[in-house]
Amino acid sequence: MKYLNVEQVTKRMNGRIAKNNISKALFFLATLFGLIVLAILIYRVVVDSIGWIDWNFLTGRQSTDAERAGIMGALLGTLWMMLVVAPVTLILGIGTAIYLELYAKKGRLQSIIQTNISNLAGVPSIVYGILGLTIFVRAMEMGNIILAGGLTLSLLILPIVIVAAQEAIRAVPGFLSEASYGMGATKWQTIKNVILPAALPGMLTGAILALSRAIGETAPLTVIGIPALIIPFPEGIFDKFTALPMQIYYWTIDSSLVAEYANLAAGTIIVLLVLLFVLNSTAIFIRNKFQQRF
Amino acid sequence: MAANNKYENNSIDVKGMIAKNKQSKSLSSITEKLIPVVLFLFAIITVFTTVGIVFTLLSETIEFFKRIPIWDFFTGTVLKPMSQNPEFGVLPLLNGTIISSAIAMLVAGPIGLMAAIYLSEYASDRVRRVLKPMLEILAGIPTIVYGFFAFTFVTPLIRSFWPDVAATNILSPGIVMGIMIIPMIASLSEDAMSSVPKAMREGALGLGATKLETTFKVVIPAALSGIIASFVLGISRAIGETMIVTIASGSSKNFTFDITQSMQTMTAYIVEVSGGEAAAGTTIYYSLYAVAMTLFVFTLLMNLLARYVSRKFREEY
Repeated sequence: MKYLNVEQVTKRMNGRIAKNNISKALFFLATLFGLIVLAILIYRVVVDSIGWIDWNFLTGRQSTDAERAGIMGALLGTLWMMLVVAPVTLILGIGTAIYLELYAKKGRLQSIIQTNISNLAGVPSIVYGILGLTIFVRAMEMGNIILAGGLTLSLLILPIVIVAAQEAIRAVPGFLSEASYGMGATKWQTIKNVILPAALPGMLTGAILALSRAIGETAPLTVIGIPALIIPFPEGIFDKFTALPMQIYYWTIDSSLVAEYANLAAGTIIVLLVLLFVLNSTAIFIRNKFQQRF
Repeated sequence: MAANNKYENNSIDVKGMIAKNKQSKSLSSITEKLIPVVLFLFAIITVFTTVGIVFTLLSETIEFFKRIPIWDFFTGTVLKPMSQNPEFGVLPLLNGTIISSAIAMLVAGPIGLMAAIYLSEYASDRVRRVLKPMLEILAGIPTIVYGFFAFTFVTPLIRSFWPDVAATNILSPGIVMGIMIIPMIASLSEDAMSSVPKAMREGALGLGATKLETTFKVVIPAALSGIIASFVLGISRAIGETMIVTIASGSSKNFTFDITQSMQTMTAYIVEVSGGEAAAGTTIYYSLYAVAMTLFVFTLLMNLLARYVSRKFREEY
């Protein structure tokens, strides 16, 4: 009597192996799917914008005439806004991270703040827009100026900056600060001279990545009310403004009226993506160049 | 600082040195005490943000419910904010949000999970190191770009073989939203699956299971809490997504289940109303906050659920 029917087992085995191989191919295709869409997306945007990105487009003023329209105003608006977002989030984000990691006693208050930060990270960006509209634009009577938009986006990315800064502080090994204390340094001296310099590359990397998220954010800006057409360039943080993503938004929804607006939107997307690429490359460069491994 | 009189009369002024030392110490001890207070004030800003969000949403929502009964809001199937006799039923918006999120998850769920399985179980280290960052690029593209893509490419593509689909419809933004969420689900699920100990896989493989059987009978059950959490976070992301649906789904407020037609989501309604001329104090203006409050509660519940699932059902090895 045979316990094993070899023929049948082999047959079943072959089937199972075939199933495994087919699934493997399927899983691989699923992984490629996203990348293929990415390639199509970039291809489409490049093709749509060919012939439209020229000197006039990059430096010109806004216009309803597609041939003459330029994005300098939107580009300046975005850059001015980042001049608000970057210092505000860096100071508040790093300060909060230092407090939570190095000063706060483990307890109720610290855990409330920490839980609150991770909840804030999940709030949809458009809700921040409503907060900005209510507090900055209306209650503080700023109107829809660069400062209001910048502060709104600052609140939006603050949780990301804080978490990145906390991780950077945690990655600084304990013996560094112990050596500093051993030399008689006070707590703040230790933080200022030892922990912060060691954690700064990690903090900056996280902050730049968060900044690139802020640059592409559109929803909060639509809520605080950015007009479709602003001819003068912004000259300071108290000016009314438009930004690159807002420009893409208006040109995209109006492309059913004027077909060329789709090309302008594609051109603006290229500029936005190049900006994001530069920012992300900077972040990766800082991480690789300055991050010490202990 | 004390006067520089250390070497007066060729003798060391000990008293002066002590005084100087004390003075600088008291200065530094002030900084030492002041710094934590300042940093605490920074940290508390995040709490103020939450309080600000909840307070503004709540106070204006209460004002809205004074004008429109809460029951009418949550059970009304007609939304006509701009008409002569305005009606404020939120169901068309809820419907649009749920349908677009469902389409997104039908795309992102299976594809994201399959990608996670490939990256965690099948891919070699080298392949993974190439593919993962490329998927992360997909996650870093601004949603406005996806909106443009949905409106100018995906919709015309769908319409070319399904002419019934309208120029603005919920199907196309739903699919594109799903594509946007793939990296998130793939990355979070992959993390969960990678943290399943190797010994468990080896046990299954040693018993003669194929890789596929190991994945579905050992790895996925062990990583289930993380996988479910990634799905819930994906849903939350889809509910809160704004620009893709605003651009590609139009602003029709019909209560319909026909995915070929335009529908408005809660987020798109907020953009339409706040970007328009809703003057402060009008009922339309307050409806903005009631819808935003609904949206906020929905996403908050989802995020809490995700955290609960991944904590409560985590298998410890």
